[in-house]
Amino acid sequence: MSDKFIAIEGITKRFAAPDGGVTTVFENLWLGMARGQFTCIIGHSGCGKTTVLNLVAGLDEPSEGTVIVDNQAIEGPSLDRAVIFQSHALLPWLTVKGNVAYAVSSKWRRMRRADVDSHAQKFIDLVGLSGAERKRPAELSGGMKQRVGIARALSIEPKIMLMDEPFSALDALTRGTLQDEVRRICLDTGQTVFMITHDVDEAIYLADRIVLMTNGPDAVLAEIVENPLPKHRQRSDVHKHPLYYGVRNHIIDFLVSRSRPRRDQAKRLDPRHVPVVRPGAPEPIVAAEGAIPLRSSSNDDLHDAAREGKLSQCG
Amino acid sequence: MRSLLGLRAAVLSLLVFAIFIAVWHLGTAGSGTAVSMDPEYAKLVGATASQGKSAMPGPADVAAKLWQHLKDPFYDRGTNDKGLGIQLAFSIARVAAGYLLAVAFAIPLGFLIGMSPLMSRALDPFIQVLKPISPLAWMPLALYTIKDSGLSSIFVIFICSLWPMLINTAFGVASVRREWLNVARTLEVGVIRRAFTIILPAAAPTILTGMRISIGIAWLVIVAAEMLVGGTGIGYFVWNEWNNLSITNVITAILVIGLVGMLLDQILARATRLVTFQE
Repeated sequence: MSDKFIAIEGITKRFAAPDGGVTTVFENLWLGMARGQFTCIIGHSGCGKTTVLNLVAGLDEPSEGTVIVDNQAIEGPSLDRAVIFQSHALLPWLTVKGNVAYAVSSKWRRMRRADVDSHAQKFIDLVGLSGAERKRPAELSGGMKQRVGIARALSIEPKIMLMDEPFSALDALTRGTLQDEVRRICLDTGQTVFMITHDVDEAIYLADRIVLMTNGPDAVLAEIVENPLPKHRQRSDVHKHPLYYGVRNHIIDFLVSRSRPRRDQAKRLDPRHVPVVRPGAPEPIVAAEGAIPLRSSSNDDLHDAAREGKLSQCG
Repeated sequence: MRSLLGLRAAVLSLLVFAIFIAVWHLGTAGSGTAVSMDPEYAKLVGATASQGKSAMPGPADVAAKLWQHLKDPFYDRGTNDKGLGIQLAFSIARVAAGYLLAVAFAIPLGFLIGMSPLMSRALDPFIQVLKPISPLAWMPLALYTIKDSGLSSIFVIFICSLWPMLINTAFGVASVRREWLNVARTLEVGVIRRAFTIILPAAAPTILTGMRISIGIAWLVIVAAEMLVGGTGIGYFVWNEWNNLSITNVITAILVIGLVGMLLDQILARATRLVTFQE
């Protein structure tokens, strides 16, 4: 697992239940993420996705297991791991510029004021908020607030971006634009991203790999779906790609019918080797994570397979 | 539309004021010469006896007195005869001293209680017991230990302004939104910087609301405290004029106490508006 930039190693989270017992949110979870990879995690509400993200962020501590980032076990939150919160979490008494500058001056404590300002400005421009620097969060629309959150996260030049349903509170149009921008920025800067979402289309558009999580309590990672779409995809025609509906149907099938696994099935899954699936491929691929041979998605066989709606599945 | 409403409210206020003054005037005015008597004798017994005039001063008497005080607020003709301005200055100075002392004590302690659930639980019983004690009940204890009446009244102001500030600060600090604290954590902000850049601005509106409640209570209590300890101050002035049976002066002082109290409240209200943020 040492080749993994982020390695979640056997984490467990338990809470004291109100009736005096113990609720296990999830147990013995293993997941690796390579540098520069965009990973989305999908599951129903309450399955523990946010807890996983908080553990990676260091905002929460696992009951067991560790999270290793860049070959070091994490101890609490770090400036290397920027978090984009679902609720923006902007400081309402600061302006747009103030919010971004606060992050900048937190990372570079001795930076001169003028430098902090110009650095913050660069990222405000990057997310397209030039001209709104002096506005306070209350004067901004939901989309603009989330842009500030993204600018703040990017401004500290983190190694990893962690996003907790960043677009779920936005209207569809704003969401689309922001997804485009996040995708562009992440590709340009080679960010490693771990994102929670419950929007299947969003996951397919943004992610390289989509992790499917079963319902909690006792949630497990059921599958890792390798996104077969080409790395450079356009929002305008991504849904016309022959493999698009293959992936989409696969994930939706999971959410509808397979997200509540029977106990014996869950037991059979080896938590260290979550099955990797590449929907739309002509033949089922059973392999350990990370050992998938890359296939050209323009292969005619793939197109045919997708048209027939044939999905590979393993595990 | 808004300015029209303001105008109508102002007219109505003036009308209420005019009615109040008129009723007051009619209620205290004399009924004219009731009994025919020797003018020399009538002058000797005074208007109250000769013309059926009420002993309660009318608005004109109070206005004249107020004008007299305003013309010369800072005269000092001995212990029992000082200008209204001097008396007010004494009271305001005591309130300021006790209040600022309470601010210096309550806000750091409130931060501690708000940030630490342990301290919050440990200190809660003390606060609950001490809070409902009338501040004047501390006066004998203060006089006995401090042995100075001026300092004792400052102590009483301190103890009465402490609780609302302490409780509001602790509440404000404890209820800072978790997500803002998480922002500070992900940015690896240290404890001191976090206290000043996240918790203080987030809790400031609540803290200032506590400070506004406190200044109101302090101004209420100073009058009573000064009546008790005597010597100087607006409270002593009221009691002294009561002993002089100068109801005109008492009413004048009541009016001035109200105006200063309003002024103090407005200052804090404005400060609260400055730190209030919209979410």
